[in-house]
Amino acid sequence: MTPASTELAQERPRVAVWKFSSCDGCQLTLLDCEDELLTVAERVELAYFLEAGAVGDGGKGLYDLSLVEGSITTPGDLDRIQDVRRRSTRLVTIGACASAGGIQALRNFTEVEQFLGIVYAQPQFISTLEESTAISDHVEVDFELRGCPIDKNQLLEVIAAFTNGRPPAIPGHSVCVECKLRGNVCVTVAQGVPCLGPVTHAGCGALCPTYHRGCYGCFGPSETANVAGVAVELRRHGMDEHEIELAMHTFNTWSPELRDYPPSAPTPTGEQP
Amino acid sequence: MLSTGDDITVNHPEEHDSESDDDPSGSSAVVLGLDGLAALIAALWDRGYRVVGPTVRDSAIVLDELLTADSLPIGWGDEQAPGHYRLRRREDQARFGYVVGPQSPRQELSPQKVALVKIRRTADGFDADAVDPTPAAPIAFIGLRGCELAAMGIHDRVMIGGAHPDPVQSARGADRFVVGVDCGDPAATCFCTSMGTGPTAGAEMGPDNTETADLRLCELIDDDRHDFLCHVTSKAGAEVMETLEHRPANTADHLAAQEVRHRAVQCIEKHLDTDGLADRLMAVPDHPRWDEVAERCLSCTNCTLVCPTCFCSTIDDVGDLAGEMTTRTRVWDSCFTLDHSYLHGGAVHATTRSQYHQWLTHKLSTWWDQFGESGCVGCGRCTTWCPAGIDLVEEATALSRAPEINR
Ligand code: SF4
Ligand code: SF4
Ligand code: SF4
Ligand code: SF4
Repeated sequence: MTPASTELAQERPRVAVWKFSSCDGCQLTLLDCEDELLTVAERVELAYFLEAGAVGDGGKGLYDLSLVEGSITTPGDLDRIQDVRRRSTRLVTIGACASAGGIQALRNFTEVEQFLGIVYAQPQFISTLEESTAISDHVEVDFELRGCPIDKNQLLEVIAAFTNGRPPAIPGHSVCVECKLRGNVCVTVAQGVPCLGPVTHAGCGALCPTYHRGCYGCFGPSETANVAGVAVELRRHGMDEHEIELAMHTFNTWSPELRDYPPSAPTPTGEQP
Repeated sequence: MLSTGDDITVNHPEEHDSESDDDPSGSSAVVLGLDGLAALIAALWDRGYRVVGPTVRDSAIVLDELLTADSLPIGWGDEQAPGHYRLRRREDQARFGYVVGPQSPRQELSPQKVALVKIRRTADGFDADAVDPTPAAPIAFIGLRGCELAAMGIHDRVMIGGAHPDPVQSARGADRFVVGVDCGDPAATCFCTSMGTGPTAGAEMGPDNTETADLRLCELIDDDRHDFLCHVTSKAGAEVMETLEHRPANTADHLAAQEVRHRAVQCIEKHLDTDGLADRLMAVPDHPRWDEVAERCLSCTNCTLVCPTCFCSTIDDVGDLAGEMTTRTRVWDSCFTLDHSYLHGGAVHATTRSQYHQWLTHKLSTWWDQFGESGCVGCGRCTTWCPAGIDLVEEATALSRAPEINR
């Protein structure tokens, strides 16, 4: 084992937190690290973090680690993410928006013009892109931290890993593993509750199944997600096609595994609810 | 009933030999009442064991600390099918009227997460301290079934039987006490008779199955009685029994136990043809059935994590933020994760098809090559707790036939 790099020991790594199209929930997770926040602040220099009032150099410096929240939705975002990338040694996306396009990517399935007229009184002042996309569609990303919102302990692990020069211990397997590690009884098998856990990336600690709810898929698809396969099980536990489609299209709707659901030839069953 | 201290012996099988033709072990048999069962649990706590047994939680029968016999799943049974488990109310007040739940002794003997080493940065390097795996108290298991005893035996041979015994499992399994229970009401997913592990708790075990219960109960319930035929099969078992109220078993008791066993065997509908199975499965890597099952399989890992014989784990080194302290932790893993087979540059089992192939052939084929026995004890957990309802027996059977026949 080699000691952490000597530069790190002498000078605290500079961390910046950036926001694109998002709700701020993932950045807030960092502020929610109440017990650990002092250690974080000792260990790293929060050089630019507007949400915490750390204006610092106004985002004009160079950073060892950038945490990027939010998806790319405007022409301005397109330029800004390139700038962020240039300023960052390591770039980690935090949350479903930055990692998969977020709930706002639902608009990718329709014409954005339709929304503009409905939502805004004077749509001519709105400058927006056709699609809401993940950061990795635009620049190279060193690590994607999943979740809507992200998990506090995983965020701390990412910061600890990147500032100590090691890979983060964040596995890509299913939520079912977390259920079993906690000793949970499977709600699908024992209660017939539909659950997206078998195809959802771990990270939440199986929060919903622990409280007898099915998994909603906040962390997006797991490493070998069989989306069509889980749809069969959701159907077996009473969901109709419309409900299944809604379940697949939430925070991670634009992730490659989910965006094409249902597969082009829809099953000819059932009426609309 | 005789009371404690009366001059009955529990260690002289000759007394009952003529009656106990279901009792090839040469152990002695007594009859324990419901109060006796409660006293047994209390006595085990008194003797310093941590008593672990079945109890109802979260819509299933799980293993947990059992403070008293009141926490047993009194009057509960279970209904099982591929991808399906429901608790059901029984018409009687049976204490062991269910089969097996989603958990097994594995979680006690080799828990999901175990800290192995703590590594601390020092001025001139680091200090590493192994974490002592010795539990505060030895474990007493209540209610383990034949398949679970067989699985414990397999785990012991794999984990501590070789040249490098696992310190965790050695420490946690040391001095354990086991109360086995014959199954009276097997589930639709059970196939212990095919694997030679049940439905009685230990009777059919082959010479390789060294794991036996210290006490083996058979629950006897009808209009006139509710008690337990209890075989005393070890010295530790006899010592505990001496402190409990009981009476010697008579012919009627043995006949009643035989009847329970007979009914249980009749109940078991699932059969796996194990003759040449290991070779038959390995001979068909291109069978189309692998593709079909891979379409259904969700690579969720449930089958492996509920299996009482699966032993795979991964090592997590997690450091704190300050970079001062790292804990090396052993965590359950499964061949349905990509990390499980990750070598330089990628996973060996990168597709669900390949993962499923690894799982099924390890349980039924390559386990023989590695350990000289089957890796499956026929408990049915993988089938019940598979959210996609994939049935091990059905898959193994289809795969060991020529593809045309399946069509
Ligand atoms: S409750 Fe959901 S996440 Fe948990 S094991 Fe069952 S299917 Fe998997
Ligand atoms: S390789 Fe798979 S089937 Fe074999 S012990 Fe490990 S988890 Fe179980
Ligand atoms: S493979 Fe399935 S039936 Fe066999 S021991 Fe494991 S869980 Fe039980
Ligand atoms: S066989 Fe079933 S339990 Fe096992 S990984 Fe596949 S879907 Fe999950």
